[in-house]
Amino acid sequence: MADKIDLLDIEVWDGNMAASQAMRQAQIDVVAAYPITPSTPVVQNYSTFLANNQIDGEFVMVESEHAAMSGCVGASAAGGRVATATSSQGFALMCEVLYQASGMRLPIVMHVVNRALAAPLNVNGDHSDMYLGRDSGWIQADAFNAQEAYDLGLMAFKISEDHKVRLPMMIHQDGFMTSHTAQGVKTLSDDVAYNFIGEFKPMNAMLDLDRPATHGVQTEEDYHYEFKARQHHDLMTFAKAKTQEVFDEFETLTGRKYSMIQEYDMEGADIAIVCMGTSVETARLVATDMRTKGIKAGVIGIRIIRPWPFEEIKEALKDVKAVAALDRSSPNGALGMLYNELAGCLLQNAKPSILSNYVYGLGGRDLTKDNIKQVFTELKANADTGKLTTPTQQWISLNGEALNFF
Amino acid sequence: MAKNENNGWNDFDIGALLFSFDKETKNIATTLQEDRPYSNSNSFTASVADWRVMKPVFNKEFCIDCQFCWIYCPDMSIISRDKKMIGIDMDHCKGCGICVEVCPTNPKSLLMYDEHLEDEEALIAAWPAKEEK
Repeated sequence: MADKIDLLDIEVWDGNMAASQAMRQAQIDVVAAYPITPSTPVVQNYSTFLANNQIDGEFVMVESEHAAMSGCVGASAAGGRVATATSSQGFALMCEVLYQASGMRLPIVMHVVNRALAAPLNVNGDHSDMYLGRDSGWIQADAFNAQEAYDLGLMAFKISEDHKVRLPMMIHQDGFMTSHTAQGVKTLSDDVAYNFIGEFKPMNAMLDLDRPATHGVQTEEDYHYEFKARQHHDLMTFAKAKTQEVFDEFETLTGRKYSMIQEYDMEGADIAIVCMGTSVETARLVATDMRTKGIKAGVIGIRIIRPWPFEEIKEALKDVKAVAALDRSSPNGALGMLYNELAGCLLQNAKPSILSNYVYGLGGRDLTKDNIKQVFTELKANADTGKLTTPTQQWISLNGEALNFF
Repeated sequence: MAKNENNGWNDFDIGALLFSFDKETKNIATTLQEDRPYSNSNSFTASVADWRVMKPVFNKEFCIDCQFCWIYCPDMSIISRDKKMIGIDMDHCKGCGICVEVCPTNPKSLLMYDEHLEDEEALIAAWPAKEEK
């Protein structure tokens, strides 16, 4: 039996340690992982816990991220609680198996410490890897700081492992800005955390010898379409409902409130920035400054990226005059993902907000308060004049000539 | 995927999985294949005999029941009972020839022939003689 750790009510943890501690408290059966910057400490801390007899489960060291996710798929199909962590190139290498995991309806939990994708090689944070996973059928949650990485790291098991949901879940956090920045994190004791998550309940376990199952079967034009429809349906309905239910239970337990989208200063807002990751916190500071100047500015942070909170965003933006979608991944030939997703929501509102797109922060380029102030200033001009006063897509804080499109 | 009556998107078990048996089983490892309650979607109920171009022919006369073919067969198509080789499951054998390759007797107790040669008695009557080494 593993030794418990007596945590302080508030521990000083970075995002990686927060993720590792949530994994430890979940009493995972199998972790198969291949460390990669900046998520390395998630796995490193976890193996330290293992060496210190603070973990009962298996830790499988593999030869690549493809093997890591494959190991997770095997262990999860066999009938155990499973988790891992990765970043960037490792995430990219896992991609093939990500689709296997979701299609096989395996509740694997993965911490994705977001980092740019090469080339050029870059270890710093942006959302390229997060965007790469967005059609993979996983539930995707975004933590804006270490506290949220811990909280979502606990809640993920409860959401993902529900027998109606049975879909894998990623918890994203920004590389270095969250993963390596130590902050005060409010903790749950080992017992309280584990009781909240609950014991793992296997479903159709491959290793149930009384009812053996073949996982990962082949379907062609006869049933493949129906399988995908079922998966999409369950992600859109069951996963979403369960996520809200777990958020509510977590709030009852801890007082910390989570929702599909996090709204800050959105009451009566005329202008709003929609973004993800650590940028949400920076944007909040600037919005508060704007409010003191009488400018009704607000911020929406996307907490659950998949299933996409279509209704919630539509509702939150229905009276907002101008909105900026901040994308931290190169759209490579289009408007940004957030822009496009938001446009879909706004289109159904009686008075669609004027929408603009900002690309920023690629490869760890800072997004400063001044940058955001500039965005709000431009949004205000859009709101005041009732039309788009800037190009549709602009690149923030880019050296050289201004880059913009449409 | 085997077809069933209800084949709408909401009628399948979640996940890309199939159950080998229609009901719960006990001591399946010690139950002979022919006595197992295989489901319609299990490959045991499907014949893949037409995949074969070459087929193994078994000549009992030289067999020493070493079970090599049974162990090596990748499709569990060697039928063995009480540790005696009794034949080949021709519904599932794909004609890979591994059983012939691993057969240690002289002459071999299993040999590959063209699938279309139907008269096995004639093939066994013309079996090669022991090779002098």
